[in-house]
Amino acid sequence: MTKIWTMIRKEWAEVFKNKFVLFSVAFMPLLFTAIPLGVLYSMRGATAAEALGLSEVPAEMTALCGDLAGAECAQFMIVSQFLMLFLLMPVIIPVTIASYSIVGEKRTRTLEPLLAAPISTLELLAGKALGAAIPAVAVTWGAYIIFMVGTILITGSPALTTLLLKPLWLLAMVVVGPLLSVAAVSMAVMVSSRVNDPRVAEQVSALVMLPVLGLFMAQTAGFIQLNQGFVLWLALILAVIDAGLLALAIQLFQRETILTRWK
Amino acid sequence: MTEFAIQTENLTKHFGRGKDVVHAVEGLSLEIRPGEVFGLLGPNGAGKTTTIRMLSALIGISAGRAVVAGHELGKEDMDVRRKVGILTETPGMYDQLSAERNLAFFAALYDVKDIPGQVEKYLRMLGLWARRDDEVGEFSKGMRQKLAIARALLHEPPVLFLDEPTSGLDPEAARLVRDFIAELGREGRTLILCTHNLDEADRLCDRVAVFKTSLLALDTPANLRSQLFGRTVVFHLAQPGPQFVEPLKANAFVHSVEALDNKLVVTLDDPEAHNPALIRRLVEAGAEIRFVGEVRRSLEDVYLRLIQKEDRHD
Ligand SMILES: Nc1ncnc2c1ncn2[C@@H]1O[C@H](COP(=O)(O)OP(=O)(O)OP(=O)(O)O)[C@@H](O)[C@H]1O
Ligand SMILES: [Mg+2]
Repeated sequence: MTKIWTMIRKEWAEVFKNKFVLFSVAFMPLLFTAIPLGVLYSMRGATAAEALGLSEVPAEMTALCGDLAGAECAQFMIVSQFLMLFLLMPVIIPVTIASYSIVGEKRTRTLEPLLAAPISTLELLAGKALGAAIPAVAVTWGAYIIFMVGTILITGSPALTTLLLKPLWLLAMVVVGPLLSVAAVSMAVMVSSRVNDPRVAEQVSALVMLPVLGLFMAQTAGFIQLNQGFVLWLALILAVIDAGLLALAIQLFQRETILTRWK
Repeated sequence: MTEFAIQTENLTKHFGRGKDVVHAVEGLSLEIRPGEVFGLLGPNGAGKTTTIRMLSALIGISAGRAVVAGHELGKEDMDVRRKVGILTETPGMYDQLSAERNLAFFAALYDVKDIPGQVEKYLRMLGLWARRDDEVGEFSKGMRQKLAIARALLHEPPVLFLDEPTSGLDPEAARLVRDFIAELGREGRTLILCTHNLDEADRLCDRVAVFKTSLLALDTPANLRSQLFGRTVVFHLAQPGPQFVEPLKANAFVHSVEALDNKLVVTLDDPEAHNPALIRRLVEAGAEIRFVGEVRRSLEDVYLRLIQKEDRHD
């Protein structure tokens, strides 16, 4: 355990020396918090149809809105859509860091001294994966809090506040987000240990991530209607997938091949 | 198998399989005593780095067995890793971190108790203390090499592998590193040194193994010299000496005699015992001896002869 933490701290010390990486971690959450807040701000006091630029509000939407009417209904839709992005952030943000993790050690030729040290493959890979996932989850949570506070301040709507603080969403943010993040970084670390070029690592990681993202998007389209039970199941399944991915990453991490095939 | 720091029996490493198989190391048997400074010599591709990687539990072994610092390879690899230090052939550092941070990270991986203390000790010992806060990316090659040596020593390993520690360094830096290695040898650590600098091996090593995939020779540098060449004595005469060749060759203890201008070059095993007899014979035969000297063969001569002999076999 302490070696995982040692590894994570080294990763952070190294990664956050790089201003560009810092920027890439912070950029998406900032953008995806600023845009919806801006939109919410601009549509205060309008009717739902005006706010959405439509002549008539679609029936499905009115159904979803329930008691909410006018601008509040439109705001409700906007907020719901963007909430999903907060589940995607922990998947997308850490990919750059995670896909560089092992191939970076190869490039700096620190992989051999690292593997010579008494550190298990599990400790090494867990350190690498968590080193990428933890900051991503942290900035996502930070952005989520800003988004919540901003929404409440701008709309002043108790109904929207209730939506944002729904146990379902909190559960999703606190449990599903991090689990998704670990799945993403495990895959990226796996790719990173198999390639010799960091650019290739990032491209392949992104490719591997695409179907997962697609699947997830399809799921989240109906997410607001889902109940707590489903989210709990999702969390459980994701936990199993995470463990499986990490085990697979360890299996695929052939110390010898990784070391000697790299010149 | 425990009185040795390192003991190997038919240590073998193959890469790949089928017809692409590469025999990197074949049937290597060594016994290295604790405290010994042991040289591994051999041409490029001889399998030196592969051997060091096997012995430090970085890569698996294909056949044979080996015990390093009391632990068997393949069975107790984590223990082996804890007990050995390794300076790899191309040692890398985290360029964006300071020298101190680099060492502290590795010290933590090795469960070093007093991390700041050990880091300071070796940074001072290698003359890098003043630069401890600088990013390693700014370091010269010599400084990086010294830092890598410090890294290998932080956990005070009883067995230390050094893969070409002075290659690519300027003469002054190489000298510094070499002196430091000599110092480590005197401290009683077991050192295994790979080098292409034969003069360095000659000066530092108690014993050397010359090998190319499999072992060609193993002994002290002095013994290798005399085994291969005998010892060489030169008699400087006042006159050209071809006529003295035959009288000298008549002695059973003389291996060879050669006349070059005013010199007679004689090889024999024990000059201290036999020179007086040789001098008497020369004087009797009418030679006027101006002085007598011994030519020291370099380890390089030994090495080249062994390798060339092996190449003719191939
Ligand atoms: N992963 C690998 N796959 C196939 N062959 C390999 C592999 N690693 C090393 N070899 C081969 O094993 C042999 C020994 O290589 P090694 O690096 O141990 O030599 P060396 O004695 O250290 O040489 P040098 O003096 O150049 O450093 C070489 O022929 C090399 O090509
Ligand atoms: Mg080598």
